[in-house]
Amino acid sequence: MTMIFGIPLQAFLGQLLIGLINGSFYALLSLGLAVIFGLLRVINFAHGVQYMLGAFAAMLMLQYFGINYWFALILSPLVVGLFGAVIERFLLSRLYKLDHLYGLLFTFGLALTLEGTFRYLYGASGQPYAVPAQLAGGTNLGFMFLPIYRGWVVVVSLLACIGTWLLIEKTKLGSYLRAATENPVLVQAFGVNVPVLLTFTYALGAGLAAFAGVLAAPVYQVSPLMGSNIIIVVFAVVVVGGMGSIMGAILTGYMLGIAEGLTKVFYPEASNIVIFVIMAIVLLLRPAGLFGRDA
Amino acid sequence: MSDMTHSSTTTVRAERSATASKTYAAFLILGLVLLIVAPAFFYPIFLMKLLCFALFACAFNLLLGYTGLLSFGHATFFGGAAYFSAHVVKEWGFPPELGVLTGVAGAAVLGLIMGFFAIRRQGIYFAMITLALSQMFFFFCLQAEFTKGEDGIQSVPRGHLFGFIDLNSSTNMYYFVLAVFVIGLVIIWRFINSPFGMILRSIRENEQRAISLGYSVARYKLGAFVMSAALAGLAGGTKALVFQFATLTDVAWQMSGEVILMTLLGGIGTLIGPIFGAGLVVTLQNYLATSQFPVTIITGIVFMVCVLVFRRGIIGEFYASRLGRKLGFEHRR
Repeated sequence: MTMIFGIPLQAFLGQLLIGLINGSFYALLSLGLAVIFGLLRVINFAHGVQYMLGAFAAMLMLQYFGINYWFALILSPLVVGLFGAVIERFLLSRLYKLDHLYGLLFTFGLALTLEGTFRYLYGASGQPYAVPAQLAGGTNLGFMFLPIYRGWVVVVSLLACIGTWLLIEKTKLGSYLRAATENPVLVQAFGVNVPVLLTFTYALGAGLAAFAGVLAAPVYQVSPLMGSNIIIVVFAVVVVGGMGSIMGAILTGYMLGIAEGLTKVFYPEASNIVIFVIMAIVLLLRPAGLFGRDA
Repeated sequence: MSDMTHSSTTTVRAERSATASKTYAAFLILGLVLLIVAPAFFYPIFLMKLLCFALFACAFNLLLGYTGLLSFGHATFFGGAAYFSAHVVKEWGFPPELGVLTGVAGAAVLGLIMGFFAIRRQGIYFAMITLALSQMFFFFCLQAEFTKGEDGIQSVPRGHLFGFIDLNSSTNMYYFVLAVFVIGLVIIWRFINSPFGMILRSIRENEQRAISLGYSVARYKLGAFVMSAALAGLAGGTKALVFQFATLTDVAWQMSGEVILMTLLGGIGTLIGPIFGAGLVVTLQNYLATSQFPVTIITGIVFMVCVLVFRRGIIGEFYASRLGRKLGFEHRR
């Protein structure tokens, strides 16, 4: 058997793949957080719950309406995005004038309520969601066995990240968003409806989280607690990357996912905390974050 | 404010604050008397739990209310101290007073470490860093040997205070907890009214100006962080003796959220507000504990309502109300 650093190659690549998958979710979620924060100046604590809602929406659609994975992949982000838009329009938008911390606290309360409700309705344990038939099984790459669905997750989330980046950096809508980040009053004076832009941005972030949730449903179990488990790690990712740059958020997500996967190979006891340790080291060396502009 | 009106407002203010401190003193004495006779009317364990959480919330408020730093990681100090106290009392046979002090010292050290990293960033990042570091501590407690993992440290002996007061009697235990609570509050009160506390408030109001006045802001923030952590540890260590166990619940992020809610509900930046907030939250939890209904739904809704329409909190609203102003209180914002 081929060995690498004294570890069987199979195990090494297997963990690398898991790291890459976790990294995909970190990237999608921290991207959404960064987009929302960039414009709304709100740290969306409910991001994890929106990820959980995405997975639940997919599962419930299948259970009650027989809507399959492929439609859920589109419908679920739309539903959760719409829900986010309502929350933003009627509640969150009242807090923009206040200290940013109130936005964090509000979304924290929202997260607690939603998580509690789903826990009440569906229990704390996870429920399985089957891998769609078209992506079931695996393929032997010669040096390792690759479950097709896992490869799909990596590719699709990468595409989603690049798509969002293109949307923000290269389209007209994106240019409005970036301009409104710099100076909302001036952009409004030019006739752009900034409040609608804010609602759209929040819905976009929530939708991205839900998209990640649908992707995650077949990999992990669909559980009410899946959101709060991941959101704290994503916060650490955001601290490491700094929220100034979209690309920074994406890259940091993948890097830390891989770092976590590799730690599982070499020193499994520390795999839970390695991201937090990296965060602490980055804070010592580059307090503004790897890609951060604002301290 | 122009110079003309300045002197007259100052006199009005001085008179007002004189009335306020009289009313304050009256309320404090009343509150203390109530707490002394309370065990005759309420279940002592419930009262002790309430006092521990009230002290925890006041310690937290020292940081949020008086320094303007929102820590999302205070469970580390509360739960960490509970583990330390429980461990030294049970395994090393420390007397209770030394056990609690060990918890305080441990929490202060943890506060120094977390504060050292967290004060490098401000505002929202500060909150996220403290949350992440406290999650790291949670995983540490989950895996460490001495915390006994999922079981926690069970059946911690209460022992004899100073060698002769038997804390297994719940009356004795109650008055010990009450004494700890009062000592903790006096320390907080002294701290926020000291020159150090004044500088902290100036940092909260305008950090740039405090820097330009030559204060080493980072050092003051770290000092406040360690102080707040140590007092949270005082509450946590005492709680471990009251309930005779220390578990993962106390170091989990939900606990950090709870203490924020208590402070917000009672009134950020008021000395006694968090006590009322803690009282309400603990009562609510007790009430819902027997039902199947999850507490987090209610606490989440209370959180949102507070943030949207009730940001001053109970005591803050009282100070700002007509009655409160008549009694001579003032409230900022």
